Amino acid sequence: MSEEMIRIEDVTYEYGSYGEANYLVAVSNVTMQVNKGEYLVILGHNGSGKSTLAKLMNGLLVPTKGDVFVNGINTKDKERIWDIRKTAGMVFQNPDNQIVATIVEEDVAFGPENLGIPPDEIRRRVDKALEIVEMSEYKKHAPHLLSGGQKQRVAIAGILAMNPECIILDEPTAMLDPVGRREIISTLRKLNSQEKKTIIHITHHMDEAVEADRIIVMEKGRIVMEGTPKEIFCQVDKIKKLGLDVPQVTELAYELRKEGFDVPCDVLTVEELVNVL
Amino acid sequence: MIIKIEDLSYIYNQNTPFEMKALDNVNLVINEGEFIGLIGHTGSGKSTLVQHLNGLIRPTSGRVIVDGMDTSGDKKNLLKIRQKVGLVFQYPEHQLFEETIYKDIAFGPINLGLNEEEVQQRVKKAMESVGLSYEKLKDRSPFELSGGQKRRVAIAGVLAMNPKVLILDEPTAGLDPRGRDEILGELKKLYEEENITIILVSHSMEEIAMLVNRIIVMHKGKVAMDGKTREVFKEKKKLEELGLGIPQITQFMREYRMKGNPVDDTVITVEEAKNELIKYLRSKGND
Repeated sequence: MSEEMIRIEDVTYEYGSYGEANYLVAVSNVTMQVNKGEYLVILGHNGSGKSTLAKLMNGLLVPTKGDVFVNGINTKDKERIWDIRKTAGMVFQNPDNQIVATIVEEDVAFGPENLGIPPDEIRRRVDKALEIVEMSEYKKHAPHLLSGGQKQRVAIAGILAMNPECIILDEPTAMLDPVGRREIISTLRKLNSQEKKTIIHITHHMDEAVEADRIIVMEKGRIVMEGTPKEIFCQVDKIKKLGLDVPQVTELAYELRKEGFDVPCDVLTVEELVNVL
Repeated sequence: MIIKIEDLSYIYNQNTPFEMKALDNVNLVINEGEFIGLIGHTGSGKSTLVQHLNGLIRPTSGRVIVDGMDTSGDKKNLLKIRQKVGLVFQYPEHQLFEETIYKDIAFGPINLGLNEEEVQQRVKKAMESVGLSYEKLKDRSPFELSGGQKRRVAIAGVLAMNPKVLILDEPTAGLDPRGRDEILGELKKLYEEENITIILVSHSMEEIAMLVNRIIVMHKGKVAMDGKTREVFKEKKKLEELGLGIPQITQFMREYRMKGNPVDDTVITVEEAKNELIKYLRSKGND
């Protein structure tokens, strides 16, 4: 059994209070676990509860009902909130909203400075973080002149400099162009495989989920599907009904199967489809 | 011909240390009834180009002629030009401002000086074009809606001006697949049912393949490619050099063909690929 990073026990989260006009159950009786070292992708369309779930995972939101444990610490334990945030760092959708300084390396240093870390250790962490996201040569640049993908990598470096075990990313590619998206995906893969970080990646781009160890699909605040990418993508009809889509080759394989051809359902890439046909 | 672009160049911050040439001698003709996909990686000049098409920016040199009117000419023509060419910006929902959806969409037509009845008709029609129920939603606040719905209100606001050319700058950015498919479906319908010319700026080759009949590729401020959708997607290598690509399904058909299967590798949609493969696999099975 793998060691657990985050455990969510029968969690419900409600916005507003019961009976009010804007009362909304965003997450409803969810129980799940994220293992250390895992690359988990959470899929769901807008309003499915996936962002709320993410915010529950590092104590930005506290459950209305149930408990969330990060490395064994209950997020309701106010005295340990900083331990939780140090363990599970969060990256958001819009890179422009996450950058606070006017020089890249100062921005990355912001987090560790606030943790009261000694200057030479900060220097070491900032350099290392920028190296991992491949932005070292930009360390003296002004962030607002960078591309979207570069800005988002600076935001990730800022989180890395806090040295978290787990990084939660809420639609980090939604506002990026295809080049920026590829940069972020390859950064995430590297963080997971080389730096051994636990990655929780929230997205509605199916093609970004292909590399995950496990996928969770949310709908109306509940987990409606869970499995490896191959297990999930085999269920093309169900995924489409949930308002999500599958890679074009997966859809083609599915259509050919319906026509009676012997094609496996779990084709995810161009190469795989070429090899099975 | 509805828009003609002649030797258009545009320089940002001219005569300062930050001078940057965003458009470099662009020549294009856009004809009525075309559905054009405008692609190019970030910074290629496509947003600067579309802002020229309704006179929001004026050329540093060269000319842009919209339905016979020069955008740098008589300022009185600008209002007419903006009526003819409707521009939907990126994240247009950030521009919603009125108390009700009706008022927001009616803002443009009212400023045109139309009478109440005509304004109402336009709002109703624009809302229907983007799949929003007039009766149910007209008195609601636009800020109560979901992201995809808000964006449709913003598009309706432009449609209510009855433009001859509709330009959309990444209309599906940030939407989930359902919201994206809804907007794309509405654009397709609009194009088929109304006599409108559409220019779609997008990063998604799959989106482009599904909708447009001509592709213009921008690179470093110049027109790098221009042709029929299928023809442009044949040039995989060139597109990749420009930081772009081809739809995944086209990529698959090319690789499948290279492995010795004589299939048509110019298909650009899943539907086409399916039909082509069924034909090929059945004939192979019968041999």
